[in-house]
Amino acid sequence: MSITENPASTHVPKPREITTEPRFSDRVFRGVVSSGGFISLIVLGLISLFLLYNGFGVFRSEGLSFVTSFDWVPESIENGTEASYGIGAMLYGTLVISFIGLFFGFPLAFGTALFLSYYAPEWIKKPMVLVVDIMAAIPSIVFGVWGYFILMPHAEEWARLINKYLGFIPIFSMPGDFFTRSPFIAGLVLAIMIIPIITSISREVFAQTPLDRIQAAYALGATRWSMIRAVVIPYGKGGVIGGAMLGLGRALGETVAVYTVLNLVYDIRPEILLSAGGSVASLIVNKFGEANAPELKALMAAGFVLFVVTLLVNLIANMIINRTVRKG
Amino acid sequence: MSTLIGNKPQQPLPDGAAIPKPIKPWKPTPKQLLPDLLGAITAVAASLIVVAVTPLAGGLGLLATFISISIVVASSISWIRQDRKAAANSVSTIVIYFLAAFVLLPVLSIIFEIIRKGAPGLSLGIFFNDMSVTSSDAPLNEGGLLHALVGSLYVVALATVVSIPIGLLTALYLTEVNGKAAGVVRFFVQAMSGVPSIVAGLFIYAVWMISFGGTYTTAAGSMALAILMIPTVARTAEEVLKLIPTDLREAGLALGATQWKTVALVVIPAARSGLITAVILGVARVAGETAPLLLTVGGNDAMNWNPFSGNNSALPFYIWKNFGLGTETAIARAWTGIFVLMVVVMIFFTLTRILGNKKGK
Repeated sequence: MSITENPASTHVPKPREITTEPRFSDRVFRGVVSSGGFISLIVLGLISLFLLYNGFGVFRSEGLSFVTSFDWVPESIENGTEASYGIGAMLYGTLVISFIGLFFGFPLAFGTALFLSYYAPEWIKKPMVLVVDIMAAIPSIVFGVWGYFILMPHAEEWARLINKYLGFIPIFSMPGDFFTRSPFIAGLVLAIMIIPIITSISREVFAQTPLDRIQAAYALGATRWSMIRAVVIPYGKGGVIGGAMLGLGRALGETVAVYTVLNLVYDIRPEILLSAGGSVASLIVNKFGEANAPELKALMAAGFVLFVVTLLVNLIANMIINRTVRKG
Repeated sequence: MSTLIGNKPQQPLPDGAAIPKPIKPWKPTPKQLLPDLLGAITAVAASLIVVAVTPLAGGLGLLATFISISIVVASSISWIRQDRKAAANSVSTIVIYFLAAFVLLPVLSIIFEIIRKGAPGLSLGIFFNDMSVTSSDAPLNEGGLLHALVGSLYVVALATVVSIPIGLLTALYLTEVNGKAAGVVRFFVQAMSGVPSIVAGLFIYAVWMISFGGTYTTAAGSMALAILMIPTVARTAEEVLKLIPTDLREAGLALGATQWKTVALVVIPAARSGLITAVILGVARVAGETAPLLLTVGGNDAMNWNPFSGNNSALPFYIWKNFGLGTETAIARAWTGIFVLMVVVMIFFTLTRILGNKKGK
């Protein structure tokens, strides 16, 4: 305004530069908080460094066969055996039991999440959410002991039934009568353990479904199931897959519960009902007690592989979930 | 509070006027419910008959028959009354109800078995004795798990002392400083919460025992637990701090407070109960961890009051050890240990619930 009123004036005030100079106390505060914030990153880095450093010798001497070969023979001077470490069978076993866990756990968790979000009346919903939360709080040793004494006798019967009716499929066949402590049972325990994670992530995803689309579907005459198929599932697919992967990550790293119910055998067996399986985490607990120094290094290497695998699975899972759920 | 703000003053009802009952026109009438009820009865009856006549036997057979017959009955009722889409809807409804019911089963079974098997071994004595002079095969009224309880207390307390500052600083970095690397830090904190517990134990073993030549101590165990606890504390604390209105921060700064003073005197006090919840959630997360302790605390049958030297036990370790011994009394001791551990975990669980609800209101 002043310019138009005084055309003679050529003075245009420069915009003032807005700066804030943090005071000394704030600089200290921000410095301390920032360095504190990076501790988690540093710890993650240190974990991989230390495990890699300790396991490096084994990686170098075994090469790729560390993750492909099946034998775990510590050096023994009396027997004159040379050390040979391979976690192939354990790695395969870990994948098998985790996928069995996902196979049973995912439909149950997905169904429960749908039930809690769209089916349950209020009076069932609250206690049921509580039960799922309690499930998440149960320590893994409890799952292990319960799985061993309570679930196993039942699961053995189920395994017999599967073998009786589906035994012609190679993975359900049984060379003898060894139904206890099988990957099948370990997978069942893992399924129960990963249900709460998948359920809570799925519920979080479903809660984000736009209400107007749900109502539009109903207004067009959709049944509840058609609405879920047309709106909820397409919208939440990514997040639910991310939740399943988080569950997979937990299953891959589970130690104590698996160790209590699984019979570790250093061999790859296709039969999942047979009492012979593997798990990298259980291998560590199993061998740790009486391991000599070089064998410990091999365990560190196994731990490094487990760490990298679970970290990757978790990173991908979180990436998917962040993209679909925690936008912005 | 809520009655003062935002609520319109209610029209007082004239004296003696009955408050009209809310009506629910969408509620199915008894006539509409009848086919469903009949269907359910048919399904139960049919499955009982099928199990009685055919070789299918036992609870499992009954359950499988019941599920399949109820699906068939419900879908045919819907199909006859409406159309194929309605049939699909009833099938999915039944399947989802059964899936949810199956999820309840293991939890109820676990709680039931813990009480059934753990309660007989409970006595006042187990809270006052350790296993230093008792063989695990001794009668259950001898010995106890005081050493494990104290060990657990030490391990978890030390882990908490380490995790609170780190977790809180991480959360403050993510919310208050929100620096350039905040996204990366948040991402890796999420990833860190997925680190397998055995790897945390192995890492502490590699650092403390191999590199520094240390021995089994309580402190080593608590460091391993801290690795698992930090992400839980940091993530929950971040969520809580995010809920504090920006207005409060701006008000603090506008009054001339430094950022440090604003955070310390305004933001943190406002978020206090939520931050306590974050810590308790972290405690609940690690109180039952077994695998890292197997590699770090070494185990002990006697009391060890010094967290910085000598082996120690912990409740999960006690359970693990007695389970591994495998004799009848040892297993009874393990179940009692599980009972006590679950009570401890449930106490923390309930605490988070109570504090969390208070925050919501």
